Amino acid sequence: MNVKRSSQSGFYRSLFVVIGVAIFSGPAVSQEPAANKSAVERGLAIALEADQRDSGFEDTTVSFTMLLNLSGVEEIRREMRQLTLEVEGDGDKSVMVFDKPRDLNGTAILTFTHKVGSDDQWLYLPALKRVKRISSADKSGPFMGSEFAYEDLSSQEVEKYTYTYLRDEPVEGEPSFVVERVPVDPKSGYTRQVTWLDQSEYRLRRVDYYDRKGELLKTMTLTGYTQYLDQYWRPAKMIMKNHQNGKGTTLIFEDYRFRTGLTDSDFNRSALSRIR
Amino acid sequence: MRHQVRSIDLPSLILIPLLAYGQFVDAAADASVSSFTDSASSEWTGYASLDSQLFLHSPAYSAQDERSLSFAFQPEYYRNWDDRAQTFAFTPFLRIDANDDERTHADIRELFWRMDAEQFVFKAGIDTVFWGVAESQHLVDIINQTDLVENIDREDKLGQPMLNLDYLNDWGTWQAYLLPYFRERTFPGKDGRLRSEPLIDADDVIYESGSEEHHVDFALRWSHYFGDWDIGIAHFSGTSREPLLILGDSGSSLSPLYVQIDQTSIDVQVTKGAWLWKLEAIYNQNNVDDYYAYVGGFEFTQFGVAGSAVDLGWLLEYNYDERGDSAATVLQDDIFFGVRFSDNDIHNTRILAGGTVDANSNSIFANVEASRRLNEHWVLGLEMRLFTNVDEEDPLHQIRDDDYVEIQLMRYF
Repeated sequence: MNVKRSSQSGFYRSLFVVIGVAIFSGPAVSQEPAANKSAVERGLAIALEADQRDSGFEDTTVSFTMLLNLSGVEEIRREMRQLTLEVEGDGDKSVMVFDKPRDLNGTAILTFTHKVGSDDQWLYLPALKRVKRISSADKSGPFMGSEFAYEDLSSQEVEKYTYTYLRDEPVEGEPSFVVERVPVDPKSGYTRQVTWLDQSEYRLRRVDYYDRKGELLKTMTLTGYTQYLDQYWRPAKMIMKNHQNGKGTTLIFEDYRFRTGLTDSDFNRSALSRIR
Repeated sequence: MRHQVRSIDLPSLILIPLLAYGQFVDAAADASVSSFTDSASSEWTGYASLDSQLFLHSPAYSAQDERSLSFAFQPEYYRNWDDRAQTFAFTPFLRIDANDDERTHADIRELFWRMDAEQFVFKAGIDTVFWGVAESQHLVDIINQTDLVENIDREDKLGQPMLNLDYLNDWGTWQAYLLPYFRERTFPGKDGRLRSEPLIDADDVIYESGSEEHHVDFALRWSHYFGDWDIGIAHFSGTSREPLLILGDSGSSLSPLYVQIDQTSIDVQVTKGAWLWKLEAIYNQNNVDDYYAYVGGFEFTQFGVAGSAVDLGWLLEYNYDERGDSAATVLQDDIFFGVRFSDNDIHNTRILAGGTVDANSNSIFANVEASRRLNEHWVLGLEMRLFTNVDEEDPLHQIRDDDYVEIQLMRYF
C-alpha cells in the first residue's frame, strides 16, 4: 500500500508521458511497465555500483560516539567500537564493543550478515563471561535506546532490498540519485526507504525511513565524508532525526582504519571475550 | 508475612564516601584512552556496590539478623600490548558484610597473561569460564567453583587457576584446560541468612583424592555452530565442584565432601527466529553413584510489544536429575517459567521474574531480578527471592524463612 503511494508521483509523471506519447504515436499501453522496469533496473544498477565501489576494503575498525538528544537540552553519551571483516560471496562479519556507559563495558555483539536469510548474532556478557546466541529477528528495535534501529546499523547488503530509481535531485548542492529501496525482510520496521546517493562518488547522503503505516518516520543525513586508501569513503557523522517524537541521535566516527590485518579468528564466538 | 518490611535507609555515612570516590574515579577514567588498534593500551575499570538485604521473616536461628548491609568492590585492570597479541588482566574482588564473617571475603577473579596467535590462544593464570545455554541452572558449567555466599543463584564464581589452550579451525573451537588447584565452595556462616542447618563447616573439608586441593583436573571442550545450531561437547575429569554434604563427627555441622568425577556434557541451542530452543545434559561418573541430569526448554521473545520498544521474553525449562530427592541440587524434577522484560530505552530497564516449581512436592521458589541504569555511572538493582510452600524433603526447606528483597546501588567506573 505504501509502495503504491510512494510511486504515485512517479505514476503521474509516467501518465503524462503515456498521454503525450499516445497522442503522437497511437497505443502505448506497454510503455508503463517498461518504464517501471527500467526504473527498477536503474535503481539496482546504482546500488550495485555503490557496493562495487566499496568492495575490497578487507577489514576496518572505527570508534564512535553516540549522542542521544532527548529533549533538545539533555544529551547522553555512549562510546563503542566496531570491527568489520569483508566476506567474499556473503555479508560482512562485524563485532561491536561497548566502552561506555561503564555498566556495559566489554559487552560485545558478533554479527554474521547474510545476503539471503536472517543474520547470525551472538552477545557477550562480560559479568558472567557468557556468550549467548541471540535472535536476529529484532530488526526494528531501538539500538541502545537511540533513534537508530538495529537494521539501520547492520551491514547494508545489496540483496537486503529491492530498488527503484525515482529521480535526480541535488543534496546540499551535489547532484544525486534518488533511489527508493524496499526491505526484503518482512520483519523490517520499514515499508520503504528513500535514499540519496551523490552522483560523483555514489556515497549515501540521506535516507528517509517510512514506518509500517507508510508515514515518514526518520531522516538520516551523512556528512563529513573522507576518502581512505584512495577509494573508500566514510562519513564522520550520521545524524538521525525522528520526525514523529522529535528526538535525535548523532553518531560521530573517529579513527577509521583499513586493512588492519583482522582475520576470521577475530570474528569468532570465543574471540568476543578477548576483544576488549 | 509475619514482619513488616521496614523502610530502606541507605546509611548516608557509606553513601557519601561512595559518591566522593565516584568523582575520583571519573577523573581517572577520563584520562585513559582505549583504542583497539593502538599497539599498547591499558585501562582501569570496575564497580563498587552497596547492597542491602531485607528479610521478610524473623530469622530461624538466633545469630541471624533481619537485614544486612554489605559492600562490594571489583576493580579491573586490563593491559594489551604487542599489537594486542598479549594481554594481562587483574580483577580482585572484595565483599564486606556487616553480619556474616563468612560472607566477608576477597577473591581474585582474574589474574592472567594471554597470548593470541591467530588460531591459537594460550592463557596462564586465574580466570572464569562459562559454558552452557540454559537459564534456570548452568548444568554443564564446571570449570569454576561457585562463590555461594555471593548469591544463591550460583552465577558468581571464584577465580580458577588454569593453563588453557584454545585452537580455532574450520571444524570449530577446541579448548583444553589444565586445572592445578581446586577452589572450595564458600558457604554462609552461622550469622548469615540463607544457610543450612546444621551449618556447613567450610573449614572441615573432606576430599576423596589424597592430593586434596592439589589434585590436577583436566577439561576438554569442542564447540561449533552449524547455521541455526550451536553445539558444545565437553569432558571434565577431576574434583567435583559440587560437594556432597556429610554430617561431621560432632553431629553439629556438615562437612563438604569433594569426590572425583568424570563428567561428559552436551549443550545445544537452536535459534529459530524469535525462538531459542535449549538443552544441556550431563553424565556424571563417580565412586558414589553415577547419574545423569538435563535441563531443556525454550525462550521466546516478542519484540516491540504493541508497537512500543518493549521486548517480552517467555521462558520455560524443565530440570531433571536422576538422583531424585537425594540430589545435591534443588532442581531434580522441577519446572522453571519466567518472563523477561526489557524496555530498550536509555535506562536499560530489565526485569526477569520467574518461578521454579517442584513437580512432586509443589514447592515454589519465586524470583525477581531487576536493574535500571540511573545515569552514565549508576545502576540500581533489585532482587527478590521467595520460598513458598516448601516441602520438608526439599533442600530449600532450610531457608524457607529467608525470603528477601535486596536493593543494590552500583557505581561503575
